[in-house]
Amino acid sequence: MQDLSFITSWIDSSFRSIMPGWLSTTVECLLIGVGLLLVYALLALFYIYYERKLCAAFQCRLGPNRVGPWGLLQSFADMFKMLIKEIIHLDHIDRFLFALAPYLVIIASMLAFAVLPWGNGLQIIDFNIGIFFLIAVSSIGVLGILLAGWSSNNKFTLIGSLRSGAQMVSYELSIGLSVITMVCLAGTMSVGGIVEEQADLWFIFKGHIPAIIAFVIYMIAGTAETNRGPFDLPEAESELTAGYHTEYSGMHFGFFYLAEYLNLFIVSGVATLLFFGGWMPLHIPGLDGFNHIMDYIPSVVWFIGKAILLSFVIIWFKWTFPRLRIDQLLSLEWKYLLPINLVNLVLMVLIIVYDLHF
Amino acid sequence: MTNSLNDILITMANITEKISKLFPQAVIEGDTTPVVTIPNAQWHDLALALRDDADIRMDYLITITGMDWTDRLGAIYYLMSTTYNKIIGVKVIAEGDRQQPWIYSAADVWKVATLFEREVFDFLGIIFVNNPDMRRLFLSIDWVGYPLRKDYDQNPELNPVSTESERQTDFTDVYTLDENGKIVKNEVRVFEKDDFVVNIGPQHPATHGVLRFRTAVDGETVKKIDVYCGYIHRGIEKLCENLTYPQTLHFMDRMDYFSAHNYHHALCMLYEKAAGIEISRRAQVIRVMMDELSRIASHCLFIGTYCMDLGATTMLFYALRVREQILDIMEKTCGARMTFNYECIGGVMQDLAPDFRADVKALLEVLPRNIKEYNDVFTGNVIARNRMEGVGVLSREDAIAYAVTGPSGRASGWACDMRKLQPYSIYAELDFEEVTATEGDSMARFKCRMREIEESAKILAQLVDNIPDGEYCVKVPKVIKLPAGQWFQVTEGCRGAFGLYLESDGSTKPYRLHIAPPCLPQAAVVDHLTRGQKIADLITIGGSLDYIVPDIDR
Amino acid sequence: MEVTTKSMPYEAWKDNEYIEKLVKELQDAGTNIVVGSLDKLINWGRSNSIWPLTFATSCCGIEFVSLGAARFDMARFGWEVARSSPRQADFMMVAGTIVNRMVPVFRRLYDQLAEPKYVIACGSCAISGGPFRKSYHVAKGIEDIVPVDVFVPGCPPRPEAMIYGIMQLSRKIKVERFFGGVNRQESQKEFLAAHPVEGVND
Repeated sequence: MQDLSFITSWIDSSFRSIMPGWLSTTVECLLIGVGLLLVYALLALFYIYYERKLCAAFQCRLGPNRVGPWGLLQSFADMFKMLIKEIIHLDHIDRFLFALAPYLVIIASMLAFAVLPWGNGLQIIDFNIGIFFLIAVSSIGVLGILLAGWSSNNKFTLIGSLRSGAQMVSYELSIGLSVITMVCLAGTMSVGGIVEEQADLWFIFKGHIPAIIAFVIYMIAGTAETNRGPFDLPEAESELTAGYHTEYSGMHFGFFYLAEYLNLFIVSGVATLLFFGGWMPLHIPGLDGFNHIMDYIPSVVWFIGKAILLSFVIIWFKWTFPRLRIDQLLSLEWKYLLPINLVNLVLMVLIIVYDLHF
Repeated sequence: MTNSLNDILITMANITEKISKLFPQAVIEGDTTPVVTIPNAQWHDLALALRDDADIRMDYLITITGMDWTDRLGAIYYLMSTTYNKIIGVKVIAEGDRQQPWIYSAADVWKVATLFEREVFDFLGIIFVNNPDMRRLFLSIDWVGYPLRKDYDQNPELNPVSTESERQTDFTDVYTLDENGKIVKNEVRVFEKDDFVVNIGPQHPATHGVLRFRTAVDGETVKKIDVYCGYIHRGIEKLCENLTYPQTLHFMDRMDYFSAHNYHHALCMLYEKAAGIEISRRAQVIRVMMDELSRIASHCLFIGTYCMDLGATTMLFYALRVREQILDIMEKTCGARMTFNYECIGGVMQDLAPDFRADVKALLEVLPRNIKEYNDVFTGNVIARNRMEGVGVLSREDAIAYAVTGPSGRASGWACDMRKLQPYSIYAELDFEEVTATEGDSMARFKCRMREIEESAKILAQLVDNIPDGEYCVKVPKVIKLPAGQWFQVTEGCRGAFGLYLESDGSTKPYRLHIAPPCLPQAAVVDHLTRGQKIADLITIGGSLDYIVPDIDR
Repeated sequence: MEVTTKSMPYEAWKDNEYIEKLVKELQDAGTNIVVGSLDKLINWGRSNSIWPLTFATSCCGIEFVSLGAARFDMARFGWEVARSSPRQADFMMVAGTIVNRMVPVFRRLYDQLAEPKYVIACGSCAISGGPFRKSYHVAKGIEDIVPVDVFVPGCPPRPEAMIYGIMQLSRKIKVERFFGGVNRQESQKEFLAAHPVEGVND
C-alpha cells in the first residue's frame, strides 16, 4: 500500500525551505483549512446529487437529468441559488443564537473531518484519542439544533429541537458503546492505530458475531444521529413542517442542509473506519495475488468508496421505512439497543480475553 | 347484521305509527322517506325517543339541512336507523323572528350534531340552544350576514377580500334559555388558560389540504383539538341556487375530486328520480364502472398519501402508478384527468372509448400484483404496524354517533355501505362483499381500503364483459324543470355516505340543494380520536380517516 | 437573444414575443461584461433550481402531486425539493381556489417566502375564481393579492401544462438582472407598496 504521507511531507519541507517555520506552519494550516472546505463542499454537493438520484431510482423515476450532463450540475445550481437567497431577519427572536446555530452545526461536522482517515498518511491529525475526539465533537451538533429550535421563537421548531435533543442524547449512548466495543478489539483509540490493526483482516470479519451486532447497532444509531429517516422526527415534514430549521432561509438553511449530508458521510466514514478497515484494501488471508491487486487501488478511493457504499444503506433506510414515533424511538434505544449493546460489549471482551477472534 | 335484523320486519309504517302515538302533534308526510314535522318544543323529546326507542333506533344522524322558506326558517334532520335500515326526516321550524331564530340543540343526542348545527348556524343564523359550541364554522367570526338565507346581501363591500388576518378568539358561545324563556349568550373558553396551543394548518403538509387544527399539547401528547374549517369554503350550495339543474352538476367534480364520478352519478340520479327519467341499462353499467374505477383510484391515492404522512414516501410513487393507469382509462373516455363532467341527466356525456374494455382488463390484471407489493413494502413493516395498530381506536357506537361512514366507519364494525343498505343503480344485482373490520384502529381503516380495492375490482370484473348495447344517453327535455317537492337520497362516495337533499319549487333551478359530504363528520371525530395520543398520532389518525378538505368545506 | 431553458429548442416555445419584449426591456441598455457574466451565472443557478412550496388547496394540488410522481417526474428538472417551510422555497404554485378566509394566510405565506420569490397561478380558480367566481366567499383571482409571474390555465391544468408553466418561469428568471438595471423586482415592489399588509415590514 502506497504511503501518501510523502506528498504532505514534501509540501512541508518545500515550504520550510523558502520561509521561516512559524510562517510555513500558518500557511499549511490555512491550506489545510481551504482544502477541507473544498472537500467539504464538493462532498456535500455530491451527496445531494447521489441521494436525489438514488431516491429517484427507488421510486421508479429518473431524478435530475436536465442540468448539465446526467443532471450532474443540479446540486451546483442549487448551491448557487442558496448562496444568494435572502436571509430573512426575524423579529422577536434571539438574534445572536439564531445566527450562531447553523455555524455550530457545520463546525461540529467539520471538526469530525479532521480525524477521519482519508488515506494512507492522509490524515489531518492523528492523536491517541482520535475516536474519542470524534464522538466528542460530533455531539456539538445537537447543541446547534437545540439553539436553532429555541431561538426561532416558533412552536414547531421548539418541538422539533426538543425531539432532536432527546433523540441524539439517547442514541449517542449506543454509538459510544458500539465504538467502545470496537476499540476493545483494536486496543487503541488512535484512528491511525485502528486502521493499522485491520491490515490483515477487517474488524467486521475479525470480531465476527459481536462485531456484526455492534455494526448493526451502530448503523441504526448512526441513522438516528444524523436525523435521517426513519428517525427524522426533528424535521418530520408531515408533522412539523420543517422541524427545527423551519424559520431558516438562504444560506443559513443551506448549512443545515449541507450538514445533514455531511453527517451522513461522517457516520458512514466512522463505520468504515471501525468495521471495514478505514482506507485498508480488502485483504483475504492466504490469497496473496488477490491482496496484491487490491493494493493497487489507491487508499483514498478505498475509504471514500466504502463510505459511499455504507451511506447507500442509510439512504436505502430512509426511502423504505416509515417514520417512528417519538416514544417508540426512545423505547427502541433504551429498552432494546442499550441492553443489547452492553451484553455485546461483555461478549466482545470475552472473545478478546479467550482469543476467540480471527 | 342488518340483514338478520331486517327479518324482524319493522316497516316504515310501524315506525311512523309509533311516532304519531308518542307525539300526536307530529305531522308525517310521505311513505318511503317520510318527513316528520314537529314543533320546536317537542323536538328534543322526539330526538331522544327516536334514538332510544327500541322500535325506532334512529341512531345515525346523516345530516342537518338548514332551510329558509322566506317566511320562516327551520332545519331538517335526516336520520337513519342502523338496526332497521330506514331513513326518516324530521322538520323543525325555528322559533323566534328572523333576527334570532332558535331550535333546541340535539348535540346531546347525536354527537355529530354539534358540528352539523354549527354549519346550519353559520349558513342560516339559526341558534341551537344548549349546543356546547355555537361558533361559525366556515366563515370568519366577523362575517356579515348568513349566506344561505334568501335575502342574503351578496355585496362584496360588506365582506371584502382582505389580506389582514382574521380576528380570532379563544372563546366559544353557548346559548341557553333563562327562566323567562329568553336566549342568553354565555362565553366559554375553548382551551384552558395555560395550555400550550400549537397551530397546525391551514398550510401544513399533513392536513391534506387547508384544514386547521388548533392543538393543545402537553409535551408530545395532544390534549385537545379545535378544528377550523372554511379555508376552502366556496359556497357551492348557494351557487347552485342560481344555476339551472344541469349547470349544478359540475360542482360535484370539484368537492371530493376523487369521487368525482360517484358524486356526479348521485346528483344525476337524484334529478332523474325527481323528473321521472328512466335511463338505459348501458348508461347504468357505465356509471357503476366509472364509480368503481374512481374508488380504486381514490383508495390508491389514499394509500400513497397516507404512507407519505407516516414517512414512507416511496409508497406514494408506487400507489400513483396504478392511479395513473386508471386516469388513462378515464381520459380516453371522458377527455379529462380529474374533473370529468361525464355523467349527465339521462345517462352519460359520451360513449365509451373503443379500447375501454381492454384497458380495464389490463388494469384488473396488474391490480393483485400491486396490492401484494403494497403489502410487502408497507403493511407488513414492523414500524408501520407499530405506528398504526391500536392508534385512534373508534368504537362502533362512536362511529355511529359521530356519523363516520365509509371505509373508516366499516373498520369499526359498522356495516354502513350504502351500496348494500340503500341499493341504487344496479348495485343490488352485483356480487361483492361489504368490507368490515372490528378493530377500529388506523390499521383497520388502512386495510379496509386495501380490501375495498379488491372488491371494486370484483365488480369491474363482473361488468367488463357484460356492458349491454343500447343508447348511452336517453332523450331528455332541453330545459329541465322538476316538480315542486323534496327529495333525499344517500349514496356511497369513495369516503362514505354522500347525502343529497333537494327542494324544488317547480322552476328550472333548485330552491335548495343541500350536500351532506362524508368528510365533515370525519373532521369532527378527530378531536375525539386524538385525545391523549401523541402529535405524530394526529397525523396517523387524520391520514387514516382520509378526509378531503374541499369536501368538508364545499 | 434566444432565451430557453432545460435544453428545449427555442422554436418549441409558444410565446416568444413576450420574452423577447422582456429581454429588450431589461437588457437593451447593454451591460458591463463582468457584471453581465456574474448575472448570467447567478441566473443559471436560480433558473435551474426553483424549489416549490408545498401549497395546495384543492383539485390542482392533486395534479401537482401527479407532477411529482414517476410519470411526469418533475425531479428531472430539479423541482422536486418541495419545501414545507416558505422560508426555504423559491416559488409558490397556487394550486386551487383561494377563498376569503384563506387570503390572509396565503398573503402571509407569500410574505414569508425569501427573495427572490415567484408565484405561478395554476388553474382557473387561482387565475380568476374559475367556476366559483360568482360565489360570496371566493377571491376573484390572486392577482389582486400577490404579484403573479406565470398563469397556467386549466381546470385543473394537466401536469404537462404545469411543466410548461414552470419552464416559462425558469425562462423569465434567466433574463433577470441581479445587479441594477430595470428588473421584475421593481414592479413587484410597486405592487407590494400598493397592496400593503399590516405588520409586515418590507
